[in-house]
Amino acid sequence: MPLVAILALRNLFHDRLRLIATLIGVVFSIVLVTVQMGLYLGFGRMVTVVIDRASADLWIMTRGGTSFEGPSVLEMRDRERALAVKGVAEVTPVVTAFADWRLPTGALTPVFVVGTVLHTPGLQPWNVKEGQVEALAASGAVAVDRAYFDRLGVSRIGETAEIRQRPVHIVAITDGIRSFTTTPYIFMEIDSARRQTGIPSDKAAYFLVKLDPGADTESVRLELLKLIPKVEVLTSREFAERSRNFWLFSTGAGAALFAGALLGIIVGTVIVAQTLYASTKEHLNEFATLRAIGSSRTYIYTVIVCQAIVSAFIGFAVAALIGLGVVGFTAGSALPIVITGGVMAILFLLTIVMCVGSGIAAIIQVTRVDPASAFTR
Amino acid sequence: MSEAVIEARNVVKVLGHGAGQVEALSGVDLTLRRNELALLMGPSGSGKTTLLSVLGCMLTPTKGTIHIVGRSTAGLGPEDLARIRREHVGFVFQSYHLFPTLTAAENVQMALDLRGQRGKSAKDKARDVLALVGLSHKVSSYPSEMSGGEQQRVALARAIVADPSVILADEPTAALDGKNGQAIMSNLARIAKARGCGVLVVTHDTRLLPFADRIIYIEDGRIVREEQCREPAPLTPRSA
Repeated sequence: MPLVAILALRNLFHDRLRLIATLIGVVFSIVLVTVQMGLYLGFGRMVTVVIDRASADLWIMTRGGTSFEGPSVLEMRDRERALAVKGVAEVTPVVTAFADWRLPTGALTPVFVVGTVLHTPGLQPWNVKEGQVEALAASGAVAVDRAYFDRLGVSRIGETAEIRQRPVHIVAITDGIRSFTTTPYIFMEIDSARRQTGIPSDKAAYFLVKLDPGADTESVRLELLKLIPKVEVLTSREFAERSRNFWLFSTGAGAALFAGALLGIIVGTVIVAQTLYASTKEHLNEFATLRAIGSSRTYIYTVIVCQAIVSAFIGFAVAALIGLGVVGFTAGSALPIVITGGVMAILFLLTIVMCVGSGIAAIIQVTRVDPASAFTR
Repeated sequence: MSEAVIEARNVVKVLGHGAGQVEALSGVDLTLRRNELALLMGPSGSGKTTLLSVLGCMLTPTKGTIHIVGRSTAGLGPEDLARIRREHVGFVFQSYHLFPTLTAAENVQMALDLRGQRGKSAKDKARDVLALVGLSHKVSSYPSEMSGGEQQRVALARAIVADPSVILADEPTAALDGKNGQAIMSNLARIAKARGCGVLVVTHDTRLLPFADRIIYIEDGRIVREEQCREPAPLTPRSA
């Protein structure tokens, strides 16, 4: 190991209390940033989870639709027009509506009803852990996610509740279908959903368009727009992007998460900068001696940067372990924190940049050191 | 006559600003030659340490010129002056200024590391020089595990390990007892002769006079007197 690194490490580990303070700063900061970014990613996935899971090449919706949960009303007769377009293999209607769910205890909670066609691939509940999707064909049959058992006051197949004062019963239980709005999704067969929510039989919220193999998406989209007035036709990717932008940016939720992450970075940087500065100040005489015996400034900077990088490595390792613990802990909750390999790599780089950036104050201090002071001490 | 390793001509150094300005050096002329051990003596505040700092390229003169091994320091920036220090000058400080977290060998090696000399050869050289000052049994000791005399010998080893042309020592025996002080001076004198470098020692200690080839007296920032004790001569050729 180079002597400059040995000097840096020995000085760093010599001041154990200061090292612990530095590491606490790094860990606090990176855990905070990790949680914020994890929430952002988790929310980002939740916002588009239904769109991502739907079997659709194109979505037809009311013009200006902001998200899957946003208002959209289509005429069912337009489904026939869509089916007439060359290249369209299937058009599946989906109805959606917010409704009141009355718990067995009598309490009310809002739910988001998704009415789906069972015999075509479109938008059916997935990750079914108990019961069968086919059982939704029965009137009043619903599928709920186990993440919302407490909210819905149910926990088993066969249990009953009410939607808009009409009885429903649980026939399927899913895992991991969570809503960004925290309003539980309730999956039903489309006609059953209409009856339950009062949506007329000539209306739908979305048409999910499946294309023939080899069909040109853009041509079909243009043709659909020609034939059906006052609608938008988006690919699944476009709709997902629009939903993400709406929920994370238009509502301010994303800004809040970014602000939290930024706060974490600032707090971490200040703590690390303060401890590195204090450490450098304590060793200023040694730096003056180094300078006196002919060290270049770069050599001295290397000592400080080396200390910053080692602090970053250790701090990141601890923070990553805590972050992974948080991910595991929240995996089954309604607010899962998602950390990907890419996020970890970004966080690691961020930690390095933060720690090295924190060394600037210390470097400025060292720049002013007077080598002649070695003679007067 | 041996080659001059330091030549100072009409050096003036003004310290401070405005009304607090003090002329610490007032037209100093000084030449230090290879194989020579010179003592710089004078009362407190006479300008000894300032002169040492100027000759060691830590302070730049307000007026006058300094040549280190024939190279002028005029107009050089901090980094160039640092390069001259690491290439040509070895320093011994009154308070040793060893790095407390490094062993004796690593402290000595530091002077080589700054010059880009690394690896096994640097380690071996550091150990050899420690042996030269009688500390082969202390190579792995930390400064806190050594006496003051041993620490000063480590500092001396650090100063000479890179074969500088000049060694500047500031009160190297001030913190030591008589026996250790004598030992340090014996080492300095022997090394100066053996390695062919010029040694300038700032001291108040009259017990060091027997080691001097020349004594330079400074008062109020001026060289007031010089005594040539003997003609400097090498013990061995510089290449040895």
